[in-house]
Amino acid sequence: MQALLASLLVVAAGGGLLWQATDGGQALTAESARRLAVQRAPQPVSPFALETMSGASATIPDARGKVALVEFIYTTCPTLCQSAGADMFRLGNRVRKAGLADRVTLMSVSFDPEFDTVERMESYGERHDADDALWTIARPRPEVLPQILSDFGVIAIPDRMGGYTHNVAVHVVTADGKLAAIHDTGDFEGIIAAARKAVR
Amino acid sequence: MKRRLRPGLAAIIMLSCLLGNRALEADPVLHVLVQLPMLGLCGVLLSPRCEWRWAQGGFAPLLAALFGIAFWMLPRSIDGAVSFPLMTLAKFLSVPLIGALLAIGWRQAHALLRGFLKAQAVSMAGFMAFLFTHSPVRLCNNYLIDDQWRLGFGFLFLAIGLAMAWTIPLLFNARPRALPLTRTKSMTPVQSGTST
Repeated sequence: MQALLASLLVVAAGGGLLWQATDGGQALTAESARRLAVQRAPQPVSPFALETMSGASATIPDARGKVALVEFIYTTCPTLCQSAGADMFRLGNRVRKAGLADRVTLMSVSFDPEFDTVERMESYGERHDADDALWTIARPRPEVLPQILSDFGVIAIPDRMGGYTHNVAVHVVTADGKLAAIHDTGDFEGIIAAARKAVR
Repeated sequence: MKRRLRPGLAAIIMLSCLLGNRALEADPVLHVLVQLPMLGLCGVLLSPRCEWRWAQGGFAPLLAALFGIAFWMLPRSIDGAVSFPLMTLAKFLSVPLIGALLAIGWRQAHALLRGFLKAQAVSMAGFMAFLFTHSPVRLCNNYLIDDQWRLGFGFLFLAIGLAMAWTIPLLFNARPRALPLTRTKSMTPVQSGTST
């Protein structure tokens, strides 16, 4: 009798633990967990300044009151960032088509700011047809980078071939500095929908 | 092994897991297939040899251990143990407890239950092997895709190893039993009848 009772208690507690640990069975990985967390409740990110591919300065959140669609890259990335760059170009077109071009800005932020100089950012931008108006490439100051990565939940690890492996996504940051949504770079519908919601 | 040596051995294992945490966490194979089992072993070595009423048949402690193992099999938990100090602490506290619960439950478990759990362990390791070798995305933000594949193969070897370790002895130890007694008994009257 005692053993049965104890077993039932264990099943209830264990089930509760797993339910909590997976957000009700919805997030088995850290990546899906961070996306789910901001979707449920937008999270504030510390504001930071950036230097763009043309040497101009910019900020996140956007000082002009635009919604920022932010991805993190490094310009010498041979694989994922290149396809993410192509996705950002297409996303820019989608934003224009959706009539959001004057209320949204696209930003590819380098997480390797020591190496990614203005020249390197410019050449990456040219390779992907970044117009520096709607979409620009930018880098933060190296000392604020850890805070930015931790705020956004981005983890970049050395890939043993001189580059990095990192979680790639588009982050929707509202004008008042809240991280409101995280989507795959190719999930244009999801990003546009989140941007529409954020400009309101 | 002498019982009084166990706490010392557990302390040595725990200390090496603590001191080598950085290096062990850097590689998912070492993290999941070496450090976690070692921490579990600490709990096994320290587990008290009591037969509580609530643990009768081993069901409650084994279930608790299974839920704990399920938690630490989530890629999110492993990722968390690397990213957040609080999760690292949770790992060092909970995994030895899981080992202890496993040992307490196992001692009281019926042979059938043990066999069932062994089959479960092999299939679970096989499932994890499939998951990590076939997932098109990285399941841990802290580990490279190549490391994920290596971990998958680690689980595959574990599944094969456990299956062999648990079945091969059966091939040598299981002797066929002597003929059932009832049959030999029924033969005797007939034989005695023919001889007269």
